[in-house]
Amino acid sequence: MEESKGILIEGMRKRYGEGDTAVDALKAVNMHVTPGEVVGLIGPSGSGKSTLLKCLGAVIEPTAGRMTLGNKVIYDNGWQIKDLRALRRDNIGFVFQAPYLIPFLDVTDNVALLPMLAGHSNAESRKRAVALLEALDVAHRAKAMPSQLSGGEQQRVAIARALVNQPPVILADEPTAPLDSERALSVIRILNQMAQQYQTAVIVVTHDEKIIPTFKRIYHIRDGGTHEEAGEGQALG
Amino acid sequence: MISLAARDVLHTWGKFVFTGVGLGLLIGVTLTMAGVYRGMVDDAKVLLNNSGADMWVVQKNTLGPYAEPSSVHDDIYRSILAVPGVDRAANVTYLTMQVRQGEHDVRAMVVGIIPNSPGEPSHLLAGRQITRSHYEAVVDIATGFKLGQTIRIRRHNYTVVGLTRRMVSSGGDPMVFIPLRDAQEAQFLKDNDAIINERNRTAANPAFSHPEVLDAVINSQSSNPFVNAVLVQIKPGFSAEKVAEPIQRWQRLQVYTRDQMEEILVAKLIATSSKQIAMFLVILAIVSAAIVAFIIYTLTMGKIREIAVLKLIGTRNRTIAGMIMQQAIGLGVIGFVVGKVSATLWAPMFPKYVLLEPGDALRGFIAIVIICILASLLAIRAALKVDPAEAIGG
Repeated sequence: MEESKGILIEGMRKRYGEGDTAVDALKAVNMHVTPGEVVGLIGPSGSGKSTLLKCLGAVIEPTAGRMTLGNKVIYDNGWQIKDLRALRRDNIGFVFQAPYLIPFLDVTDNVALLPMLAGHSNAESRKRAVALLEALDVAHRAKAMPSQLSGGEQQRVAIARALVNQPPVILADEPTAPLDSERALSVIRILNQMAQQYQTAVIVVTHDEKIIPTFKRIYHIRDGGTHEEAGEGQALG
Repeated sequence: MISLAARDVLHTWGKFVFTGVGLGLLIGVTLTMAGVYRGMVDDAKVLLNNSGADMWVVQKNTLGPYAEPSSVHDDIYRSILAVPGVDRAANVTYLTMQVRQGEHDVRAMVVGIIPNSPGEPSHLLAGRQITRSHYEAVVDIATGFKLGQTIRIRRHNYTVVGLTRRMVSSGGDPMVFIPLRDAQEAQFLKDNDAIINERNRTAANPAFSHPEVLDAVINSQSSNPFVNAVLVQIKPGFSAEKVAEPIQRWQRLQVYTRDQMEEILVAKLIATSSKQIAMFLVILAIVSAAIVAFIIYTLTMGKIREIAVLKLIGTRNRTIAGMIMQQAIGLGVIGFVVGKVSATLWAPMFPKYVLLEPGDALRGFIAIVIICILASLLAIRAALKVDPAEAIGG
């Protein structure tokens, strides 16, 4: 049973096009990230990182393979769960290179929007949002608009948004790219703390040399395939 | 659930309000065009109401006296009075011309009336009705004339003895009421030089060489026994159609009832103008729709990344469509309020009557909401086509 928690990908393939023009972007990807674990996913441009991220994010359907989130089967060789939109809302948190906060909502409502979309009351959603903002040390900016925040604060709010529905997995796409070393390490520290606290599996796609040494496990992706290696797992202080 | 549309509008309220004001001015023009049409119809109805007539007796086979020229002898009213069911009958003339006061000219409809008879202005704001047979006038205040002023019509001066209001022709020209005899002279008689010239030409005609014949012909040329119409009021209990029948049959005249005259004025006289205004309304509606569509589309395209993120984190398509549609409707509501206020403020400045009816405003509001909904469809379509994958790099 323990094996089925977190995110498990088995033999995932993705082919674009058909016949002579077909391109295999992913070839037999296998990954397993357990709850509370933060792993790195690295690879050169064109290696298939973005395609894998889109498959993991239930944005595009893989051609073959199986993906399990917690106890829930998402894809299984051509079969896929019906409501991918609700799946993304309730089971997957996203953190992007740029925070992509909604510019016309204040910090609290940017975070509270997800539980609201899931049908929770405004009061309950805001309560959850504020609790996360306090945990991420940005509660003092709860009423501020995104444009009034620093880059680091915006990224913390984005992490709060990713966590607010307590999803089993968070996909972070280059979350530290625009940040300096100190802030980049701070973001990774927060992701590790939150992964532990909320027992969330976190996959960080990155090129950032500053943070790669912090991962205990790293998946390398090359030519559409993955191989796993142990990371340095440097202490984050 | 919070209103995403309201939050977005509040966030960019300056842009939104300024856009709404611009749209509102266009809507104001549209409402005013509708008001111009309503004003024309109202002018036509006012003309009928103020005449006090139940029937109009005019020259046979004409649509007179308002839509076509009509000329009937001024003594036929006596025989009309003898027709069963006729209560009162009075001659009337209508002539649109420039009326002069000092250095100013005013375009007006000069109405020749018999005092205390049908055709006389029904109400006065100041002064009194015409009591003398000559050289007195009652004028609509839109002429700008004042009590006691002297105005000039053709060769004679008239003293303004009364002021009235909303007495206008179907074309919106204010009315000037003068005694019938004076009006007949103004309409039918020529100036002195023309009269002398006409007499000389007649005298030179060998057909009229006999002195008694020549005198008779010249006398007939100098008299003006014509009016444009006879206004008839009928006794209670008689139908206009029944009373009209013997007049048409035996007098060889055309008789119009009130309903028929309204049909002539509204459906025929201002028909072309109505079509003109209708074309303007259609064009303005299309332009408004295009502007709303363009603005909403542009605003939506500016939020593509946010929409992709919203879709990625699980926002329903209908929530996104609702946000765009609500913004379009909001823009329309702002535009309508600005347009209604603008039209109300500038309508009195128009030279002709502009009638802004609440029913038109309501219909306009509904039309604007529908236009905004339709105009937002383009932006909604674009937003729904946004791939949530766009939020993820690569």
